[in-house]
Amino acid sequence: MESRFILETKCKRGYKYIEIASEGISGNFNLFKAGKVEEQRLSSRKTKFRTEGLSAWFGSHQALNNISMKILKNEVNAIIGPSGCGKSTFIRCLNRMHEVVPGARVYGHVYLDEKDLYEDGIDPVLLRRRVGMVFQKPNPFPSMNIRENVLSGLKLTHRLKKDEADEIVESALQQAALWDEVKERLNKPGTSLSGGQQQRLCIARSLAVNPEVLLMDEPCSALDPVATVRIEDLLHKLKEQYTIVIVTHSMSQAARVSDQTAFLLMGELIEVEQTNNLFTHPRDKRTEDYITGKFG
Amino acid sequence: MKSGWRSGRLLESILKVVSLLAVIIPLLILTFFLITVFLDGESRLVPQFLTSYPSYKPEDAGILPALVGSIYLIILTSVIAVPIGVGSAIYLEEYGNGGWLDNLIEINISNLAGVPSILYGLLGLELFVRALSMGRSLLAGAFTMALLVLPIVITASREALRAVPSSLREASYALGASRWETIWQVVLPMSASGILTGVILSVCRAMGETAPLIFLGALTYLAFLPDSPMSPFTALPIQIFNWISRPQAGFAENAAAGIVVLMVVLLLLNGIAIYFRNKMQKRI
Repeated sequence: MESRFILETKCKRGYKYIEIASEGISGNFNLFKAGKVEEQRLSSRKTKFRTEGLSAWFGSHQALNNISMKILKNEVNAIIGPSGCGKSTFIRCLNRMHEVVPGARVYGHVYLDEKDLYEDGIDPVLLRRRVGMVFQKPNPFPSMNIRENVLSGLKLTHRLKKDEADEIVESALQQAALWDEVKERLNKPGTSLSGGQQQRLCIARSLAVNPEVLLMDEPCSALDPVATVRIEDLLHKLKEQYTIVIVTHSMSQAARVSDQTAFLLMGELIEVEQTNNLFTHPRDKRTEDYITGKFG
Repeated sequence: MKSGWRSGRLLESILKVVSLLAVIIPLLILTFFLITVFLDGESRLVPQFLTSYPSYKPEDAGILPALVGSIYLIILTSVIAVPIGVGSAIYLEEYGNGGWLDNLIEINISNLAGVPSILYGLLGLELFVRALSMGRSLLAGAFTMALLVLPIVITASREALRAVPSSLREASYALGASRWETIWQVVLPMSASGILTGVILSVCRAMGETAPLIFLGALTYLAFLPDSPMSPFTALPIQIFNWISRPQAGFAENAAAGIVVLMVVLLLLNGIAIYFRNKMQKRI
């Protein structure tokens, strides 16, 4: 059902009729229902983030130039582009992590639920609890065990009772599809896990804070193909509850997991489109060159 | 080609021998020194030596006030120097932005590390003993020693803080931690073993320093133990120095025995600290 669902959304209309014709009555009906759900989802799309004229600098180097785009709620939003195109900088502007680097500056607006994040009086610390982030290299805290790693973000804000904490640890690890692998050894150091497990631990750690958005900066680039598939499967589930922005250098990954894709080049937004449209009918010549592998 | 490879191997074995000698020679000298000192002081290394007060008769004289004074002195010194030193390191590494103020502080710290210890004695005498009227007390000594070891504590702590990868700081920020929470929960636990190493080094330095204490007027004849930070005190190196300068042969034996006690205390301190450091490192 699920694969048909994706197939359906990726097919053009004429193609769909052929598919329907080839199915039996029940298949036909299911496909019809899936189509309805998908249509409803498309029409009820909400914007989570909106950037307006967003530019960012490192010292005198301009990493982003005048980017205006929308990040859609409860969808997987992929940002693609060659190395150094500013895609990481872009998502780091969404939770104000860009300014952590000395000499970094931001100009323009980022609206989260229509509230400007760069207004005076917005506390980046509180913002980052709503907008979680997973990094390129898995980075569990080496001085903490698995359990403490999951709770590390929560411990900052309030004291937890033991059973409350147990519940959060289990649900966060379940959501990150790691629970079954680590439930017997929650007291082992987080760094004793394999790379893919560590990355899922980092996802669990972000989810435990109960954010609205999950930013992922090339989360699979340090992982092997099996671990990558696990994380991609996870994204399909997580988007029901969270808005996901994923930076990736892999176009096939963007095509597999995302609903909307933005293509960045030299700090500029070239194109942002429905993922299937962007990969089948790129409007810009540069997008076409990039996705067909002529550069990058 | 082949001869080049051979000469490379020759060079390597020469280097190996040279570096091995570099380890062995100082160790041999140290061992020789320890053995002679031990043989010189052997007759006085009896329990009463540790539990007696100084005396004009060498065979009755003991090291108790000096030993207790030294231990109090290093405890007080650490209590003063560690928070200030680690605090400065945190400021310079985590908060400083490399501006002119940071540079000024940094230059000052490296200057302080190069100042002869006797000048710290003069400074302590003028500042703590006289200006702040602490008198010739344990507290004045501890403050002076704290100043003396601060550069070591700061430099070692900075190295330890710098060794914590920035990816962990970012992970903590991304979870909604403030800068201070990040330092407290992520950076300090990871750098604790490195900071502790610096503290051990500085404590050992404070333990062995004599010159500043001479200026501060640490007494050598004390018939009582220091009972408060404000009481007069003496320390092991001062006691040893005093005994060595006496003409009687008996006091030379006492000095040798005192040196053995000092060395044992230092080794014990180092051992304890290394034990804790390894324990912390294992967690990481």
